Amino acid sequence: MLGRTLREVSAALKQGQITPTELCQKCLSLIKKTKFLNAYITVSEEVALKQAEESEKRYKKGRSLGDLDGIPIAVKDNFSTSGIETTCASNMLKGYVPPYNATVVQKLLDQGAVLMGKTNLDEFAMGSGSTDGAFGPVKNPWSYSKQYREKRKQKPHGEKEDSDWLITGGSSGGSAAAVAAFTCFAALGSDTGGSTRNPAAHCGVVGFKPSYGLVSRHGLIPLVNSMDVPGILTRCVDDAAIVLGMLAGHDPKDSTTIQDPVKPFTLPTLTDVSKLCIGIPKEYLAPELSGEVRSFWSKAANLFESEGAKVIEVSLPHTSYSIVCYHVLCTSEVASNMARFDGLEYVLGDKEEEPLRTVSQNVNIGQKCHRCDINVSTEAMYAATRREGFNDVVRGRILAGNFFLLKENYENYFIKAQKVRRLIANDFVKVFNSGVDVLLTPTTLRGAAPYLEFIKEDNRTRSAEDDIFTQAVNMAGLPAVSVPVALSNLGLPIGLQFIGRAFCDQQLLKIAKWFEKQVQFPVIQLQELMDDGSSISEIEKLASVSLKH
Amino acid sequence: MAAPMLRWWCLGRRWVLACIDGGSRHGRGAAIGFTSSRKRGQTSVAQQPLITSQKSRKGEHEWAAVVGLEIHAQISSNSKLFSGSRVHFAAPPNSLVSFFDASLPGTLPVLNRRCVEAAVMTGLALNCRINKKSLFDRKHYFYADLPAGYQITQQRLPIAVNGSLAYSVCVGKKPSRVITKTVRIKQIQLEQDSGKSLHDELRSQTLIDLNRAGVGLLEVVLEPDMSCGEEAATAVRELQLILQALGTSRANMAEGQLRVDANVSVHHPGEPLGVRTEVKNLNSAKFLAKAIDSEIERQIHELENGREILNETRSFDYKLGCTMPMRDKEGKQDYRFMPEPNLPPLLLYDTESLPPGADPQQVINIDWIRERLPELPSETRERLIQQYGILPEHSFALLNEVGLLEFFQNVIKETRAEPKKVTSWVLNIFLGFLKQQNLAVNESPVTPSALAELLNLLDRKAISSTAAKQVFEELWRSEGKTPSQIVSEKQLELMQDQEALERACHTVMEGHPQVVMDVKRGNPRAINKLIGLVRKATLSRADPTAIKEILERKLSP
Repeated sequence: MLGRTLREVSAALKQGQITPTELCQKCLSLIKKTKFLNAYITVSEEVALKQAEESEKRYKKGRSLGDLDGIPIAVKDNFSTSGIETTCASNMLKGYVPPYNATVVQKLLDQGAVLMGKTNLDEFAMGSGSTDGAFGPVKNPWSYSKQYREKRKQKPHGEKEDSDWLITGGSSGGSAAAVAAFTCFAALGSDTGGSTRNPAAHCGVVGFKPSYGLVSRHGLIPLVNSMDVPGILTRCVDDAAIVLGMLAGHDPKDSTTIQDPVKPFTLPTLTDVSKLCIGIPKEYLAPELSGEVRSFWSKAANLFESEGAKVIEVSLPHTSYSIVCYHVLCTSEVASNMARFDGLEYVLGDKEEEPLRTVSQNVNIGQKCHRCDINVSTEAMYAATRREGFNDVVRGRILAGNFFLLKENYENYFIKAQKVRRLIANDFVKVFNSGVDVLLTPTTLRGAAPYLEFIKEDNRTRSAEDDIFTQAVNMAGLPAVSVPVALSNLGLPIGLQFIGRAFCDQQLLKIAKWFEKQVQFPVIQLQELMDDGSSISEIEKLASVSLKH
Repeated sequence: MAAPMLRWWCLGRRWVLACIDGGSRHGRGAAIGFTSSRKRGQTSVAQQPLITSQKSRKGEHEWAAVVGLEIHAQISSNSKLFSGSRVHFAAPPNSLVSFFDASLPGTLPVLNRRCVEAAVMTGLALNCRINKKSLFDRKHYFYADLPAGYQITQQRLPIAVNGSLAYSVCVGKKPSRVITKTVRIKQIQLEQDSGKSLHDELRSQTLIDLNRAGVGLLEVVLEPDMSCGEEAATAVRELQLILQALGTSRANMAEGQLRVDANVSVHHPGEPLGVRTEVKNLNSAKFLAKAIDSEIERQIHELENGREILNETRSFDYKLGCTMPMRDKEGKQDYRFMPEPNLPPLLLYDTESLPPGADPQQVINIDWIRERLPELPSETRERLIQQYGILPEHSFALLNEVGLLEFFQNVIKETRAEPKKVTSWVLNIFLGFLKQQNLAVNESPVTPSALAELLNLLDRKAISSTAAKQVFEELWRSEGKTPSQIVSEKQLELMQDQEALERACHTVMEGHPQVVMDVKRGNPRAINKLIGLVRKATLSRADPTAIKEILERKLSP
């Protein structure tokens, strides 16, 4: 049952093949078994069981709320969840329990979804490996797959298996791992420079980044406000579309969301691609691109061409400036957004020695963030709090950002970067205006790297390298989706990315769905994770699961 | 910067060293409000030449002072600029704090329409150009009462620019002349207020109240077109009246709804402007003029003694009567401005640019707001002069006290008395009583109707003006009684019976032959004594004019 897609399990719930509580318990037990993946920071077991129980009551009364009712989901730990600790994988926010739900979380709960827990990430979503969080790195479920194990056995140093696990990519690595390991049917990630698509590609799941402004950011603890978008991770494109249908639309609490109402939709099945024009941006043929990924990319292009689509080479000439431009804009906003974590606000309790605290304790908001024990002066306290609370990556970005925002540097860095951002966005506009429907690109340079390999370079280098195909999309606010295509020679998933026109998210998903159907990406085989044989056989049966509507 | 200097230079405004004393004396003179100094016609313009000749031959150079103002007016609105928290003065600490105000991570600003409309109204009233597109920026600094670590403001492209504020000063004693001056308005920007830090010295801790955090502010930047404390104070007073007339701010300085920072510098006329200081937190009308004048004085004194003026922030110590450097603002701040990414550009429309079919709830039409602007103080004063024929300075006085104009108009509505009579009663007697007991107009025990009735009695000579004052005092003391009731209870009505009055006069004359003799001998004061005696005999109910008439007739040879 756990191996099914969201749509399939939703049908099973409706048909009474399984109850929400049974489904929830199965997921909880798998979460426990896969604890070593470190996909979850918090497992909200009690809340989940209660939600499942309520869902079950609704099903019994025949009053299901819809496709998401009773469906186990997971949420990246940078979305505010009322009553559930939200840490951003940072010491700064350890113990912070938000008093409100992010709009996207609320919408999912309103649809009856069951929240299994909060997933791991790089601290404040700054990273591309899910290796730089205060709670340790996330392990890629594919490290333990039959497909990968079999390939690795052929290698000489096969005995030290456990030290050789793979990263998930990031920063939404926890969400990607949670979906890939069957512990939930959909997960929310966030995507600022590729943070949803990158781990999706490495974990063999679908990672969708909606158009900027289509989905509310209210309650998403920001990295870069002007680029952040809640992302959706699922096991197939159809599922991503279902979740998008529930999340999209105006939010009065987020002034950057579109005004026009968006109705839930069912993704139509595309049968004919002959009228489509697929653009292949030549700048994306990076020298670092692995031969394997390159070959999958060209096979995909050929697939479209062979089905009658027009496939053309296009140019996005400013692509190469994207990463450095992103560095300036991202760090600047980071410096600003992180300013609030000063260790001051809302320290409750009766600590008489506190140098600063609120007048009254009427506001039951709780301590917002970590505070150090120093009380020499307010400034000393700020400094120590921030040194203790943030990791090197975050502090480095804050420092860089403040440098770029200094009066004497603002024109030369921030303003220039904004101009370059406009050029990058215009590149896309020109290409789409020339008649291209979607762009087809790689998502990552290669398959997931082993952890020990990955940490040989620092976070900044890795981020710059790994965001190369995904980051420009955020500059332009476009929708993009990473779809798993095939396994590499090492038995690891490879994803390809489709980029669509702004607010043509459905059209993009429609094409991605067609593509997904053609490539028939293999299902992960996680024998070693499952104790009892039944789960395995269930997973293996997956291909034969059919929908009875 | 040269232009404004030239302007006031042409107007003949100069600061001379010795003038400063005059300036600060003004401050003291204007302790109750700016009304008093105006009424007395004491302006620095009038005093300057006098003081110049009087004092200090020390520096042959004349000094000119340049004053610019940054005024923060709290917008009068139900909720805050970017959140739904209520706005209320003196609520329990931290009782009006939303998640956004406390800057909980993940919260986003949502612009309050009412605050935008208030900014547009204020901009129009101050003759500004309203920018159809304006932007929000973040201004960063660490402070305990700024929970986000930045303030959202409008640094690059504010909502209104290039306006002007006309204010008037009355010059000279009877007859006084009203001189109108203009100060240019650089810009009006929307921004967030901060919370409040309360320092508890005893326990050496700081307490934070976030009720004020995020309340909408209008920052109004006045160009350095003023040259002394009184001009600045008068301009602020006029702005205060405008904001109150518009209803865009309650602009009560005591409640912190209007806060003024002044940029002050001095230089020799014809030379470049001097280094300026910023005088912060001029939170009462009382000390505004005084603080500026004392800062001007200090700067001149420093320069005269060969010292330099530092570009620094100072605060006014009202106990010492001078400005002091602010320690916690030392060191140059770099605010690291950056565009606020969570707010799209603020777009405004006029009737011409309004997109067809636009939802009126979603758009703001500048023309629509312009058509609905209320009468502004300058227009009201002009109307009062035209309509009631009152003196210009009286029109100022009527507007200067909250609620006084309304009181005046309500009295006028119900009385047959001459407007000039009403003005005199309202401004002298009524206002005098209020001031004496430190009451606001709406706290007055005397209603407009009661005063109107009293003035009617006076107008039809039912009572003497002395009796009228007695009735007024009685009204003030004992609420609930009408003037007529008081008049009849105290038997204050004038004797209308001519014969009885004649008899009374006769009796007094008979009873005081010595005084009668004095009159006949030509002692001019003797008749007053007789009048007094008759009044006493009639229990002050007789009209002194009528008594005098009878006595003179009877005494004439």
